[in-house]
Amino acid sequence: MKSKLKVTTKRKDSGEKKHSHLTISLIAVAVGLIFAFLLTILTGRSPFDLLTALVRSMTGFNLQNLGSFNIMYVLNWFLNAVPIIMTGLSVAFAYRTGLFNIGGEGQIIAGSTAAAAVALLVKLPPIIHPIACILAAAAAGALWGFLPGFLKAYRGINEVVICIMMNYCGMYACAWFTKVFLPIDPNTNDRTIAIMESAELKQVFSNSTSQFNWGFIVALLAVVLFWFVIEKTTFGYSLRATGFNKEAARFAGMKVERNITMSMMISGALTGIAGALLILGIYRYGRIFTSFDNFGFDGISVALVGGSTGIGVLLAGMLFGLFKAASGNLQLFNIPKEISELIQAIIIYLVAIQYAIVLLLDKISERKIKKKEIEEKPEGGNV
Amino acid sequence: MKKLLKVALAAMMSVGLVACTGNGEGGDTDQISVGFVTDTGGINDKSFNQTSYKGIQDFYDEMGYTEAPKYIESKADADYVPNLSTFADEEADLIVAAGYKFDTAIQTMAETYPNQKMLVIDVNWLDADKYTNVMQVGFTEHEGSFLVGVVAALKAQELGEDTVGYITGGDSASMLRFYAGYQAGVWAVDPNMKVLFDNANSFDNIALGKTLAEKQFAECSVIFHAAGGVGNGVIEAAKEATLAGNQKWVIGVDSDQYEQGFYDDDKTQSVILTSMMKRVDTAAYDACKAVADGTFKGGIYTYSLANNGVGLPDENPNLSEEVLKTVEEYKQKVLDGEITVSDTPVTNADNPNTSFTGATSQE
Repeated sequence: MKSKLKVTTKRKDSGEKKHSHLTISLIAVAVGLIFAFLLTILTGRSPFDLLTALVRSMTGFNLQNLGSFNIMYVLNWFLNAVPIIMTGLSVAFAYRTGLFNIGGEGQIIAGSTAAAAVALLVKLPPIIHPIACILAAAAAGALWGFLPGFLKAYRGINEVVICIMMNYCGMYACAWFTKVFLPIDPNTNDRTIAIMESAELKQVFSNSTSQFNWGFIVALLAVVLFWFVIEKTTFGYSLRATGFNKEAARFAGMKVERNITMSMMISGALTGIAGALLILGIYRYGRIFTSFDNFGFDGISVALVGGSTGIGVLLAGMLFGLFKAASGNLQLFNIPKEISELIQAIIIYLVAIQYAIVLLLDKISERKIKKKEIEEKPEGGNV
Repeated sequence: MKKLLKVALAAMMSVGLVACTGNGEGGDTDQISVGFVTDTGGINDKSFNQTSYKGIQDFYDEMGYTEAPKYIESKADADYVPNLSTFADEEADLIVAAGYKFDTAIQTMAETYPNQKMLVIDVNWLDADKYTNVMQVGFTEHEGSFLVGVVAALKAQELGEDTVGYITGGDSASMLRFYAGYQAGVWAVDPNMKVLFDNANSFDNIALGKTLAEKQFAECSVIFHAAGGVGNGVIEAAKEATLAGNQKWVIGVDSDQYEQGFYDDDKTQSVILTSMMKRVDTAAYDACKAVADGTFKGGIYTYSLANNGVGLPDENPNLSEEVLKTVEEYKQKVLDGEITVSDTPVTNADNPNTSFTGATSQE
């Protein structure tokens, strides 16, 4: 009995090692790019333009005008990656504990609004002020995650449905809150006045034309913390165990209900912080949301492609951030911005159907082995 | 596989080469380049962005430029500064941004690129002395809306009705100017006429536009929409009702929407009564021309009834001579200063003939 169990786990392990998530993701990215180039050729546009746009967004160099270089593009790439790394971590955290957090939109709006409220109404010294705003945003996001988590844990209600409803509750409740309690800008009547200067997340390079700010440090810290909590702590282990098998976790003496609620709240807090980083670093005023910005939904793709690990989400966030940042350059070189969306879609599809890639890889390696066998003993082929 | 790769690579390189030589030939020195950044509505919004872009295009056509003006569509409000600075990095002679949502982005840009010439439409409250290279353009939407209010009221009278409708996309300061003028126009004709008000709180929710229009059409036959894409739903509702034998009318916004209102196969009948033109294309064109002529000067510019910045389209097939004459009279009165149109709407508390209860965000 015992030995049997060992064998199966061993086989599974070796299978995973053979085609790691990284390989699959890389293949997906490569196929996505090839598709993009083919499509550009098919639509009669120059693939060299596509290459130029992507390279420029990544490095700041313009291949069609060598010698021109602007670091702004690189910084804008990182800037675009920050919010989706946060929402990616959020979705990944929920996913690792057996939950699906599709409530990112509501949580990011709640976080944005809380951050704006603290940035507008509370007087604090610099450095402490943004930290207070971020904590408030985390609390607001956690609150928005609490309800789906609580209902899932104690009433068994599907968190997906509640999350989606909470998105709309978040949008309308926060619009009302902002309009009633925060000072509205009289010129536009569409947002709040500028936040206090002490609350702003300053630009890292103040002489650069990019809005790249210290928010990225928060994102990096979050990645490290995510990895540490999920992989290295008893708390993280018990959350993961709950996700694997609720009843087994309960049998082992874990507080299943509390764990489910907690992980949804932590997930919500991570997304809430993303909202704060956007408000304090980029907008610098409180917003009245009338539609979703899709950062929460982007988080789902980032978590999926990143395999729901800390480092994976960081890399996937950088990748999707690049496609976001490249949108402007693509259009400048007459490539429709839909191309970059298409690349993202193909990558997500391929990762989602990674089993197909695994099968393909298996086939290829099988053929290689067969070829080798045939080469080794050429007469053996006769039947 | 290897062969395929080689072919693809060869194709890529040759196309790239062609692209390079193409760029080299187009190096005309006195040709100016204009970069246009849209808001989240996109370039084909049949409204604000599209019309502004058309103004730039008209200028390009007139000057005989062979290539189309460059533009970048923004996917989120956070993209405004990166997109604007992409054009600044490209050393565009003029950057055009359409919409009041650009106000802080333009400020940031003007501070980092003090020599970059920019035009921002629908923003006219930035410090003109500080941002000397920014042309800020405002419109007197209330004056134009006043005239279509007159048209709506006359049409309702003709049909023997006492109610007209209005659907907005939001209650920002500039959106409220539309409603203020419309109210004033309707009440100038008939002070007892009821003016409905519905806020879709969106500029792209077509389905909601249709629902709101169907609701209002139960009480009236003419709706003025100032709601961008939401207006497409309003027009849709009017077409359906008209085809079902219940003639309804819509007043379009920003550009002449007559052609969007066709409901028969021959494209001769339209539900668009008239349109409240907001000549953002003129504003964009004028700025381009000023840059080309070397007369570009930052500051606040106003496009009004007096300089044809707002008003009715030149051709209105659905309006009778009589109505047009009356509208012309009212226009003259506004121009002469006999009538002053307020830019803030009257609420239900002050006049029971409106269902407008005040902007949710007004303090």
